[in-house]
Amino acid sequence: MSKRIEIKDLNIYYGKFHAVKDVNMVIEPRSVTAFIGSSGCGKSTVLRSLNRMHEVIPGAYCEGSVLLDGVDLYDQAVDPVRVRRHVGMVFQRPNPFPTMSIKENVLAGVRLNKARLTRAEGDEIVEKSLKGANLWNEVKDRLDRPGSGLSGGQQQRLCIARAIAVAPDVLLMDEPCSALDPISTLAIEDLIKELKETYTVVIVTHNMQQAARVSDQTAFFNLKEHGKPGELIEIGSTEKIFHNPDQKATEDYITGRFG
Amino acid sequence: MTTDTREPRVDEPSSAPTSLLRDRRRFGDSLFKGVATGSGTLILIILAAVATFLVGLSIPALTAPGDELPYGPFWSWVFPYAAGTVWAAALAMLFAVPVAIGVALFITHFAPRRLAQGLGYIIDLLAAVPSVVFGLWGINVLAPMVQPIYGWLNSTVGSWPVFSLIFGGQVSGTGRTILTVALVLAVMCLPIITAVTREVFLQTPRLHEEASLALGATRWEMIRQAVLPFGTPGLVSACMLGLGRALGETMAVAMVLSPGAGFHFQLLTSSNPNSIAANIALQFPEAFGLGRNQLIASGLVLFVITLIVNMAARAIVARRAEFSGAN
Repeated sequence: MSKRIEIKDLNIYYGKFHAVKDVNMVIEPRSVTAFIGSSGCGKSTVLRSLNRMHEVIPGAYCEGSVLLDGVDLYDQAVDPVRVRRHVGMVFQRPNPFPTMSIKENVLAGVRLNKARLTRAEGDEIVEKSLKGANLWNEVKDRLDRPGSGLSGGQQQRLCIARAIAVAPDVLLMDEPCSALDPISTLAIEDLIKELKETYTVVIVTHNMQQAARVSDQTAFFNLKEHGKPGELIEIGSTEKIFHNPDQKATEDYITGRFG
Repeated sequence: MTTDTREPRVDEPSSAPTSLLRDRRRFGDSLFKGVATGSGTLILIILAAVATFLVGLSIPALTAPGDELPYGPFWSWVFPYAAGTVWAAALAMLFAVPVAIGVALFITHFAPRRLAQGLGYIIDLLAAVPSVVFGLWGINVLAPMVQPIYGWLNSTVGSWPVFSLIFGGQVSGTGRTILTVALVLAVMCLPIITAVTREVFLQTPRLHEEASLALGATRWEMIRQAVLPFGTPGLVSACMLGLGRALGETMAVAMVLSPGAGFHFQLLTSSNPNSIAANIALQFPEAFGLGRNQLIASGLVLFVITLIVNMAARAIVARRAEFSGAN
């Protein structure tokens, strides 16, 4: 289930714009890796390159390789649609499908993979996924109600349930708590700690405390100067990055002395 | 605003500093409110005026005994026209809606940006072509072109059991049948449906499209999962606009169709059910007295048909309102 990610010499471009330069890193299975850095430094772009979602933007492409348990996601023969079925994603703002019920939202991804789904199979997946997202007890009596009627935090957990319903190998989270209140954020953070038992989790966050609380490994991205591509400055155990970073830029960013 | 109890009384001067006192009136706000309310009311007044006109002039025909009416008893006279109108418009929608959705999806989700813009302009241009031109095109180009196809359809499937109800009968030699009319109407409704549908599809939140793609949806699966459900209410509105044009279209139908008496479903014969609007246009110049009232009463029937279809469509959309994404 959980797989190891290895990024080698990754360069990402949007048309002529060089967005991210020479990223190398290894992400171990059953761990949480946090990407931190100021806005526009390319951390979301790198995250999206892990399930080829950056390609949704016309003109986007990349060089280098991203290996998922040794298989290159950018191999000519690899279908980006298949990649996304193995590498799930949760977005900055909760985005359940407004036209679907809670239940149908959870099953949205499953239905893409499997044309025929018996009612019993569907119910089982819905219960398992919602329990996995710590949402089951709150919604079990209203599975046929619209997903958009839930609170922001519940909607985000519904999106997590939808992502894990297809049993992905990796779960990517792009600032999953930035639109949520502190209590909902806490619920998601607790959930992330549970999710890493089963999945490889990569999370982008602007909240340094959050990175320190949930992640095992932290990667700091930065721009050398405005207009230049973003780079991976330093990656290491969260403990080390937050207490004893090798790079001055990392320390400045962590301590808030960033100019 | 005399009902506002918080308004300070005149005899009791307020102790608040002048910078906090209410302005007597904000001119821009009142002007805008007036214009908005006025426009809203105006549309109701216009609709009411049309309805009053139609009902007022219809009553003599609706109340007169059948044998006094120049075209015969009202309901049995108006039925073939009403049925013909609905039948032709329904066929037109059957042809136009799938194509319109296809074009709108192509423009919004498949075409390269430059091509999409150009196509958009061309579609809008099509909406500006007057119906007389469509009528001429129907008679001179489309009818002769499709006639051989009609002949072939008639001779192959025209004698099959159920098919004969639609493709049977004596095939028209000119091609000026109700099917040709439906095709012309479809071309006429196409731009308006496409233009509105395109706008609706463009409104699909990027977040929902990405949610679908991130689950491993192909482009078409994403459209089915995110774009189409989100756009359904708008799509229904677009179809209603198109249907309104198809139901009410006069000139193109009057020019293209070779009308006959009575109503039947057969599409390829030279004796076709006429539409209400085209019939009014054909008969009105020579009508007088009760005949005019009778024609206007058929106009009222068209008005009611349009109203019912619109309300039905709204009701269908409203049933799914909680799932519309508007909340």
